[in-house]
Formats: sequence, C-alpha cells, structure tokens
Amino acid sequence: MFASSANIATLQKRAFYLQQVRAFFSARGVWEADVPLLSAASVTDVNLEALHCQVGGHQAFLQTSPEFYLKRLLAMGSGDLFYLGKAFRQDESGPRHRPEFTLLEWYRCGLNTQQLSAEIIALIQHLQPEITVQYSSYRQLFIDRFGVNPHCATLAELTAVARQHYGVSWEDPERNTWLDLLFTHGIEPHMPAGLLVVTDYPASQCALARLGVNAQGESIAERFEVYWGGLELANGYWELTTAEEQATRFAADLKTRASLRKPLPPVDQHLLAALEAGIPDCAGVAMGIDRLLMRLLGEAEIAAVMPFGNG
Amino acid sequence: MASYSTNDFRGGLKVMLDGDPCSIIENEFVKPGKGQAFNRVRLKNLKTGRTLEKTFKSGESLDGADVVDRDMQYLYNDGEFWHFMEVETFEQTQADSNAVGEAIKWLREQDNCVVTLYNGSPLAVTAANHVELEIVETDPGLRGDTATGGTKPAKLSTGAVVKVPLFLNTGDVIRVDTRIGEYLGRANK
Repeated sequence: MFASSANIATLQKRAFYLQQVRAFFSARGVWEADVPLLSAASVTDVNLEALHCQVGGHQAFLQTSPEFYLKRLLAMGSGDLFYLGKAFRQDESGPRHRPEFTLLEWYRCGLNTQQLSAEIIALIQHLQPEITVQYSSYRQLFIDRFGVNPHCATLAELTAVARQHYGVSWEDPERNTWLDLLFTHGIEPHMPAGLLVVTDYPASQCALARLGVNAQGESIAERFEVYWGGLELANGYWELTTAEEQATRFAADLKTRASLRKPLPPVDQHLLAALEAGIPDCAGVAMGIDRLLMRLLGEAEIAAVMPFGNG
Repeated sequence: MASYSTNDFRGGLKVMLDGDPCSIIENEFVKPGKGQAFNRVRLKNLKTGRTLEKTFKSGESLDGADVVDRDMQYLYNDGEFWHFMEVETFEQTQADSNAVGEAIKWLREQDNCVVTLYNGSPLAVTAANHVELEIVETDPGLRGDTATGGTKPAKLSTGAVVKVPLFLNTGDVIRVDTRIGEYLGRANK
C-alpha cells in the first residue's frame, strides 16, 4: 500500500522527458523561472477554483497557473521565460484530471499565436518526431459537426442542439456553457489521432487573450488550443497587455461569480500594476505535462504517469 | 433522503431521476481547461431496466433513492402475486409481475434470491447467477453424442426453456446462467 500509481520505469521515462523539455528551452534561450505557488491573490476565471489555506493568519491561494508571477517578471524585463512545476485546481479529478498536476508555461516576446503554436508543435515533435499535425478553427469544427456557427448561434439554438444530441434537462443562461458542452461531448471525441491545433476561439472565451477578427469578419479571441488524440494539452494566448482591459475582465468575472454564488477571490493588484507599468508584446501558453506524458507513453489514465497520482 | 452531488456519484449509488429510482453505472468528469465542468453519467432506470446517459453540470445534485437489496426466499405464487420472505426476519412481501419480471422463470419455491425494495415495496427480483434445475421435457437423448455440438430445447422444472446438448434426457439436472439464460453444464449429483 505504499507504491506510487506510476511504476519506476514510467517515472524514469518521465524524468527523461522533463529533461528534454528543459533542454529544448535552454537551446532557444528561454530561461526557467521558479515562481511561488502560494499567493495572497488568485485567478478570477469563472470556471477555475483555487485551493486556499491559512498562512500566518492570512488567506493564501495555491496557484492554478504561474501566469501572474511570470507576467510580473515580464514587466521587470525578464525576456522569454518558462515555468515547469506544480499547479493546483480544486474539484478537478478524473481519468484526465488531478487537483495537483504538473504545468509547463512559457512566454515568448514578439511572437503571435501562429508563431507560438509552431513552437509548441516543435517541442512535441522534439519528443515524438513522427507525429502528424492538423489545424482547424473552432468555427469550422462546430459547422462540420453540428451545422451551427458558434460565433453567431443564439442561446436558444445552442441549447436545442445540445438537447437533441445529449441527455440534458437543465437550463443555463450562459452561451459558453453550451459551447463547452458541445465541444467536449461532440467534437473532442472525433478529433484526429495526432495533433490538432484549434484556433480562433469565441470572443466570449477570451480569458487573458487579445480580441481579433477572423476572415469572416467575426469577433474572435486570439487564443488557441492544442489537442493530441482528442486530449486537451495546451492553451495559448496572444497576451492582453492593457491594464484597463484586464481590470474590466476581472470585474466581469467577479460579477458572473457573484451571480452563480461562487467565491469571490481577491483580484491580483500586482498583476494590474505590472500591466500598467507595461509588459512586452508576447504570446504565452500553458501545457499539461502529465497529459503530454499520457500520450507519449500510451497511458489512458493520468495517475499512471504521475508519482503518487492517487494521493 | 440525502442528496448527492456529482462529486459523490459512484457506481451502484441509487438516485432519483425524473421521478424514477436509478442506479449509477458510470460517472465521467469532463472539463475544458478554462471551461465549464460536466459529469457524463450512465444510469440504469430500476423501474424500466433501461440504461440512459445524462450530462450534469458538476456540483449539481440529485436526491438519493430509498432502494435496498434484501436476501429473500421465494415462497409461492397465488395466481396474481408472488410471495417472498426475508430470510432473517421472516417478514413476507408480495411482488407483482412487473417486479418479478424474467427472474421468476429461474425460481423454484424455497429458492433464495435478491428482492430490490423501493420505498419498502418490491421493485425487482434477481435470481442467483447460477441455478441448478431439472429437465422435465426434452427429446430423447442421443446416447454418446457429446461431440457434435448440436442443441435442442429443454423445458425445466420452473417452466423456463433453454438450449441443451443432444445427449441430455428428461430427469437430468443442469446448471444455467440466469443472466444470459444459457446452459452451463450438468449438475453434480
């Protein structure tokens, strides 16, 4: 009853791949920043819950990603940098989720989403040279699978499609809930076995990405995701760099949280101050390392690639 | 009755869904990195026996269903109801044809079985996985024919009909898998 969920041979392969990741960035002049996990502030994302604890009589949050600290370093003139370490997300547990997991996150100054997604592909090909790569817009995936345009479809249309295909008997006023449901239930299971880069997310799912316009003139988020065999690996942005817009999005998140009676975490004023001072034009991406290892090692359960993944 | 959140959903948990008691078969957590979390749940409706798939937003909850399994002995059929007795308390209960369903064709009087009670009333009856029953009617056995693999219908003492190998005779006792209604072998005498 003392053994790890991943065996020693798997953990040694894990160590090898982690070394390869570090070598990849080292060769490109991207340095490793080892930022804290405990912070007095947390993300406001409506669908991310940070674990929290008491430290010296004050509330502290275990970070859901190193994003805010890395952006503060960018504002200090760090240049290109990456983090490879733990991240925590409350209530996420299943064959593809653990509340404690290993995240790789990196920022590249002067790159846009296309250039950064090319670098992600290069990193994965560095580990698995023969992997295939396809690209598709979020819009095209929806049209091919459900015949609806995710940027224009009304709440009623999305609800109807979800009810027609899946056993759903609740209501929800958020379009994003229905987009997430259709994407996870109808699109992810039909993705190719290799890599798929999904581009141009709906503007309503912009999080910390800039807004842009697609070829059809629709407003989109400068955000992309990388999937491997239908498994979500990485989420990248052309980063928002304006403090004012970021503050507005934080406030909107908190308003939505309040309406859902979710906790209201303190906004990270240090991040806003860093954006105010100015961070360079950059693109950033976060990748789940345990999931990458699941695919590299052909494991179906995330715990099978993690040391003591079952706690 | 307690209420259960999607985090508590486990195989075998009994919950109420649209007014019917259901048993959870499988619960899959699905969540896009930045998006809404869902639980895709497969359930069996214990009234109809049908399996269904439902998606819930994570954190939603369902009321528990007052469903329990009891070891009971089948007593007799009075023409309309089937009577069962709880082995430990001697308490008796009667089940209608919906509740006994297919299970009754494997049960002889005094046989043990599991009766699923919903709000105290029989909802379903489950025979043991393997039962031994006597053949009461079949074509005469072909002596020595144990190799050709042919089968013939045989009526058992409970009225059930199963396919058996050609060499078996009326009066032989056989073992049957009640879940698939198939002959397993001759019972040891």
